[in-house]
Amino acid sequence: MKTKERIIEWVLLLCAGVSILTTAGILWVLISESSVFFSRVPITQFLFDKQWTPLFDDKHFGIMSLVAGTMLTSFIAVGVALPIGLTIAVYLNEYAPKSFRKTIKPVLEILAAIPTVVYGFFALMVVTPFLQGIFPQMGGFNALSPGIVMGIMIIPMISSLSEDALYAVPTSLREASYGIGASRFQTSFRVLVPAASSGIIVSVILAISRAIGETMIVAIAAGQQPRLTFNPFVPVETITTYIVQVSLGDVVQGSLEYQTIFAAGIALFVLTFILNNISFYIKKKFQEKYE
Amino acid sequence: MVTDMTKQKSDTDNTKTAGDVTSDKLVAELVNVYYDKAHVIKDVSLTIQPNTVTAFIGPSGCGKSTFLRLINRMNDYIDGFSKTGSILIDGADIYDRKVRVEDLRKQVGMVFQKPNPFPKSIYENVIYGLRIQGINNKAVLDETVERSLRRAAIWDEVKDNLNKSALSLSGGQQQRICIARTLAVEPSIVLMDEPASALDPISTAKIEELIYELKTQYTIIIVTHNMQQAGRVSDKVAFFYIGELIEFSETKEIFINPKKELTQNYITGRFG
Amino acid sequence: MSRRFDGNRIKDKVFQWFGIACTLFGLLMLAVFLISVLKEGIPRLNAQFFTSLPSRKPEEAGILIPLFGTIWIMVLTSLVAIPLGVASGIYLEEYGKKNRLAALIEINITNLAGVPSIIYGLLALEIFVRILGLGKSLLAGSLTLALLILPIIIVATREALKAVPKTIREASYALGATKWQTTWFQVLPASSGGIVTGVILAISRAIGETAPLIVIGAMLYITTIPSSPMDDFSVLPIQIFNWLSRPQKGFIINATAAIIVLLAITFILNGIAIYLRNRWQKKVKW
Repeated sequence: MKTKERIIEWVLLLCAGVSILTTAGILWVLISESSVFFSRVPITQFLFDKQWTPLFDDKHFGIMSLVAGTMLTSFIAVGVALPIGLTIAVYLNEYAPKSFRKTIKPVLEILAAIPTVVYGFFALMVVTPFLQGIFPQMGGFNALSPGIVMGIMIIPMISSLSEDALYAVPTSLREASYGIGASRFQTSFRVLVPAASSGIIVSVILAISRAIGETMIVAIAAGQQPRLTFNPFVPVETITTYIVQVSLGDVVQGSLEYQTIFAAGIALFVLTFILNNISFYIKKKFQEKYE
Repeated sequence: MVTDMTKQKSDTDNTKTAGDVTSDKLVAELVNVYYDKAHVIKDVSLTIQPNTVTAFIGPSGCGKSTFLRLINRMNDYIDGFSKTGSILIDGADIYDRKVRVEDLRKQVGMVFQKPNPFPKSIYENVIYGLRIQGINNKAVLDETVERSLRRAAIWDEVKDNLNKSALSLSGGQQQRICIARTLAVEPSIVLMDEPASALDPISTAKIEELIYELKTQYTIIIVTHNMQQAGRVSDKVAFFYIGELIEFSETKEIFINPKKELTQNYITGRFG
Repeated sequence: MSRRFDGNRIKDKVFQWFGIACTLFGLLMLAVFLISVLKEGIPRLNAQFFTSLPSRKPEEAGILIPLFGTIWIMVLTSLVAIPLGVASGIYLEEYGKKNRLAALIEINITNLAGVPSIIYGLLALEIFVRILGLGKSLLAGSLTLALLILPIIIVATREALKAVPKTIREASYALGATKWQTTWFQVLPASSGGIVTGVILAISRAIGETAPLIVIGAMLYITTIPSSPMDDFSVLPIQIFNWLSRPQKGFIINATAAIIVLLAITFILNGIAIYLRNRWQKKVKW
């Protein structure tokens, strides 16, 4: 009996250990493959060269142009999602009737459940033609359309995380504000939003991180032309799209081109890792404040 | 089932000293309990006779619940718990390394402050203790359910609805289901941690009546906040105060003629 | 005084309408999107579309193979991810609560949940496809997706276990149950609603994933239905991506039809999950 209990505990622990192995595996794969890459391409070129052309004869390995594409689409996404998501959060938290809130939340969650390849279709076939009607100079592939669609996708993420943060503000604070005759608008934006600011910031950072790692929408609708630009109307390439682009071709394993996807992968991993951990840090501090 | 029971009996018999048949059920000697550095039970010694009801009384945080939970080792899961001294049941040290906690708990049942039936049928609640011992014989289980529910004085109320969820019952009924569930395992000691504190007066009266009847077959230790309740149900009363056992004697004695001033003050309601 | 008060009231009203507008914006987008997909795709959803192999001619092509691939992936991924995820959740919540190792695993899982899915593709490409030699098989794909959804299942399991009151565990221990008996007979059944909900949402996530499968090389032209876990495969999202990258209008229509099928599966799974969650929350009142 006692041995059985012991064995079960060990089996459970082993299962839990799989997640450690996964992390270790990710780190090992990214580091080992990209270290070969960096032995062939100086890291200064990787960080400071303005061009990314590993698949051409005139090879350049400047990650900046991929990072620029990634940042551009991500900022457009957050630019769409933050105002809308935060407004929804405040509205649902302070204004909306309870029944409305109860029905609307699962419906909004559907937005987050739609597969990203489907959003890619939406960006390419619906949003881009629509935007081209407004901005005739816009290309068939561009940063704006996938950025906006990504924004729609992450609205529920920002709205639900922000709503949780607003909800966690002590009722006493809310009552104090109403007690001195403040309107709902004043209470929301002068008291609740500032009090919940760390939670809202967390939601934004996680949303950026999510947008940076998003692959299919940009792979379908943003194009495959790495360039250092902040023009939302021209095709760009993100880090994730580059990995997809290489995976689709027949690049020989062990070749320099093959290793570039791991170098690009490590850049992506580092970016999201930093953002995620900033958000954990803020979240932790925030929790301590109210306990 | 039958073989299991006899085996369990003979196990405990072995540890008894010869000719000790009518001896003490439970003997605690110089028990101290620490939670990390907090010293919550201080040098408590007491002896409890079989087939009696003993009430632990005292103000909140006096250590009476902690002491109760020592007897079925429920404190083992609390972080930073440590203890010194010994607790013997039928002459055997329950904190001995050879003792399996699970076996001890089959012998020492516990009823909790808030009714806590499992979110399952009444039937499944009562037989759970047998199921985990690997007993699946339908006839044995059926028989146990009826016997336990009868002993817990709830058979008539639920006999037609044994498959109903236990959570659908009233608080008082739930608590008696919990008692039946405990009795189904055939313990010799039943610990009750303020079993009626979450119940209405009528349910409380039923539980008290039940305790009185159960005494004939079990040794009962009950923690209570309620002085009248202690007076009504118990044979002996132990008064705890800040981790110490202040006074331990016959119920009548302690209410009519307490030896310590502290006890006197407590039972007359001067503090609580 | 009263003027300023009125100003505030107007602001309040304006914001209220703005709030409604924003909330409806999301729904509007959803509606626009569904309508545009349905309008294009529904006429294409005939028996031929479901029973045909891939083809160079859009009107002859079908989703038979990716549909089977998606079902295979769903089953294999579940077989790996559910036991691993639930077991990890149980360990972290019921067993290793205080120890350092558990704390390390916990930080680790939170981090894994934030790793972009395409990175899992890189991991799988190196480990499953190359080192373990699984190739571009269903097994490699399923293992990849299983690792990807593991954090979701673990977190959902822990939340569900956390919701089971301590008193249930104590009642079980007090009857002589061991830790595992308590977990198996009481805590798991009592939390099953929450766990199942989380698992279904995770599976729904897995069958919608595209990027990691592209990285391991699953974007192939296959003409046979996979019959074992070691076979090459395609799945619906990959087929959609493939058709979207073709210039012919016919393939775009095929893509919309395939999107309807994929969305139908996703929505059904999510619907079941939401239904179970509501039923569970209603049923269990401690």
